[in-house]
Amino acid sequence: MKKLLISAVAALALMAAAPAAMADAPKQGGAATITFNNDLTTLDPQVGYDWQNWSVIKSIFDGLMDYKPGTTELEPDLAESYTVSDDGLTYTFKLRDGVKFHNGRVMTSADVKYSFERAVNPATQSPGGGYFGMIAGYDDVAGGKATTLSGIETPDDKTVVFKLTRPDATFLHLMAINFGYIVPKEEVEKAGADWGKQPVGTGAFKFVEWTPGQNIKLERNKDYFRAGVPYLDNITFEFGQDPTVAVLRLKKGEIDIVGDGIPPAQFAEIMADTANKDLIAEGEQLHTGYVTMNVTQPPFDNVKVRQAVNMAINKDRIVRLINNRAAPASQALPPAMPGYNPDNKGYAHDPEGAKKLLAEAGVGEITTELYVMNVDPNPRIAQAIQQDLAAVGIKAEIRSLAQAEVIAAGGSGKAPMIWSGGMAWIADFPDPANFYYGILGCAGAVEGGWNWSKYCNKALDDRATKADAMVKDDQQAARIAEWKAIFDDVLKDAPWAPVFNEKRFTYHSARLGGDPALFTDPIHIPVNYDYIFAKDAQ
Amino acid sequence: MLGYLARRLAASLLILLGVSIVTFGLTFMIPADPVAMIAGRNSTPQVREQIRVQLGLDRPVPEQYVRYLGRLVQGDLGTSYARKSDVGELVASRLPPTLLLMLGAIIAELLIGIPAGIYAATRRGRFGDKAAMTLSFLSVSTPQFVLGLTLLYLFAYLWSVFPLGGYGTVWHLVLPALTLGLAGGGWYSRMMRSSMIEVLRNDYIRTARAKGMSEWRVTMKHGLRNAILPIIAMIGLDVGIFMSGVVVVENVFGWPGIGQLMWQAIQSLDIPVIMGVTIVAACFIVLGNLVADLIAPLIDPRIRLR
Repeated sequence: MKKLLISAVAALALMAAAPAAMADAPKQGGAATITFNNDLTTLDPQVGYDWQNWSVIKSIFDGLMDYKPGTTELEPDLAESYTVSDDGLTYTFKLRDGVKFHNGRVMTSADVKYSFERAVNPATQSPGGGYFGMIAGYDDVAGGKATTLSGIETPDDKTVVFKLTRPDATFLHLMAINFGYIVPKEEVEKAGADWGKQPVGTGAFKFVEWTPGQNIKLERNKDYFRAGVPYLDNITFEFGQDPTVAVLRLKKGEIDIVGDGIPPAQFAEIMADTANKDLIAEGEQLHTGYVTMNVTQPPFDNVKVRQAVNMAINKDRIVRLINNRAAPASQALPPAMPGYNPDNKGYAHDPEGAKKLLAEAGVGEITTELYVMNVDPNPRIAQAIQQDLAAVGIKAEIRSLAQAEVIAAGGSGKAPMIWSGGMAWIADFPDPANFYYGILGCAGAVEGGWNWSKYCNKALDDRATKADAMVKDDQQAARIAEWKAIFDDVLKDAPWAPVFNEKRFTYHSARLGGDPALFTDPIHIPVNYDYIFAKDAQ
Repeated sequence: MLGYLARRLAASLLILLGVSIVTFGLTFMIPADPVAMIAGRNSTPQVREQIRVQLGLDRPVPEQYVRYLGRLVQGDLGTSYARKSDVGELVASRLPPTLLLMLGAIIAELLIGIPAGIYAATRRGRFGDKAAMTLSFLSVSTPQFVLGLTLLYLFAYLWSVFPLGGYGTVWHLVLPALTLGLAGGGWYSRMMRSSMIEVLRNDYIRTARAKGMSEWRVTMKHGLRNAILPIIAMIGLDVGIFMSGVVVVENVFGWPGIGQLMWQAIQSLDIPVIMGVTIVAACFIVLGNLVADLIAPLIDPRIRLR
């Protein structure tokens, strides 16, 4: 009897669930509106590098590679397939048939070559051109001595061959990054200075119009090479909307996604409202917030002092301070990143141990400065760190400045300590190498570089280069293991005090459907527009 | 009159030159490097150096200024660092919404300030006067972002009278114009009140009353016409006050004007845009002051321009 009852209940539940499930099946059609506080600067894939335009560009353009929606798993995109030579120095891509730009022209290998040359050419002023430094001929083009990359060959319309000067396991990720997206030469040249305002790509959505300061409209690309997507017919991005106001508009049903995220001041209230239970997608992102310590200057040239700082900071309290919008960080790499070491618990909060280490270091009274970007919640976080440091006898004065000024103070090495919030490293691609060279390696430890600790460990750099030379599929486990070891050693040297890994919370309307992972896509930040759908589509 | 105009125009040009020098100088005193912002976090020192040379930022600051000025007199405001597009076009496309907002704010402050001032003046010392002046004090001291968000919450979210921000129709204009103009309304109500009290003391007002005119007609016909003059003369000066207010108001309401453009340019250290907006805004402020000075003798013959 009991069994029968259970099965009857189960059947009823199934019946009740069925219409809901049907309503949630992706449908073609409908529209969505997303708001951002700032107008976009540009939709030029080789130039755009802020998180508002990052995923809009991803919807208009494509690269040779991409990631499975909602994941960090690489797959061929404009390329149909690729092969890698045994020495890892030659990558051959076969292009997909019948991929058309939005102007109707078929994309060819010449477009691929042109696009990478455009990214590297200094005249483009691309913030990402430096990523392609391993392609043969890079130095000549970046140095202004040539305009064509000798390392890219196009034996026929459907084949592109990349010759590299060093094997690099991150190369396929770089084929998926916005700066390597494929653009049609004739449209770029025709538009001239206006190219960033009237983009033409191969992507899921076609650019329609841009009213400066107000909105950008996209429509479904009916010739998109992936069948069945995108689901939405139209997307409108509205600009100039304060997130506080955007939240009100979402509640009224006027918009669908608050692109800037939930404002800190309203976070607790919105999360507590049960009506929002299914409207907030929560996900991890490839982000770590950290405190840098300049290892070239006393007192932080002493590893014991740096370790003491790591032990002094009460990460749990800081996480509570920001309404649990993050998880305490044990190490430089975020948990969602390959190479993250779950067994490494990092430095526990231990003020007594920190004091002991400081005494052993024998550096006496420490007075220093903590630089921070002047946008909430960062100054509050800096104050919490300041109190933690004071508790172990380190006096840190807070320097709260505009973003560009903190970056300049970090690049010049003037700042003894920096809280990275607001400027922090969100990975451009999901690979541990992206968390090393620029911000922890010697390459970034130069004037104007982003390695604000100025930490330069030649031995680790060599190991990193060797790890990245492992390009074959059967070497990948060994490569990731080596990166894990490298980051464990970085943590021992403690040029940073990792504090937390930010989570993402995307607030969207009830009429939008799709896997929550699409609303917190680790690659398409904030949302993967290509795969979400409107439940009320007709 | 013509001589005066010529002298004032020459002085205005000097002021604009001064503004351009000071702004240009200030952007170089910011301890930050625009090249680092353009080149991004993966750039090599070589690439950064090339961009520096391309933009002419490797040259001495005075030389850079002279080059900038040379282009400026030809109407060229340069190219945006972040958008890579023409600053003149960018500012021109954002100017109409700002001018519309300022016009709306002027109407709002007059519609609030003048009736409130008259009301207070005719009830001098009584409860109505005190209430009106307290409200005017409040309106002057409320920060614009607080006022803007409160108005949005009440009149757009709770009661859907107006749209929740944005741009397009006259309904979109009401709340931002009110937010920008309310403080001015507060000032004007105080000015209007004291001006009206002074006018109402005059002999001709007593005569009008003696003729048996109603108090309403005395106030509105003989009083208002004279009391309003100093306020009209002030409107031109509002341009300068509004230019700083639009940065906040446009950001709260999603109004696509130059205030919003300026705010974003500051965040990304887009110096050509910062310079362009400042110079264009300065032109309007100078123009507003000039208009204020030219209007004064027209409405009060006792003032002569020399």
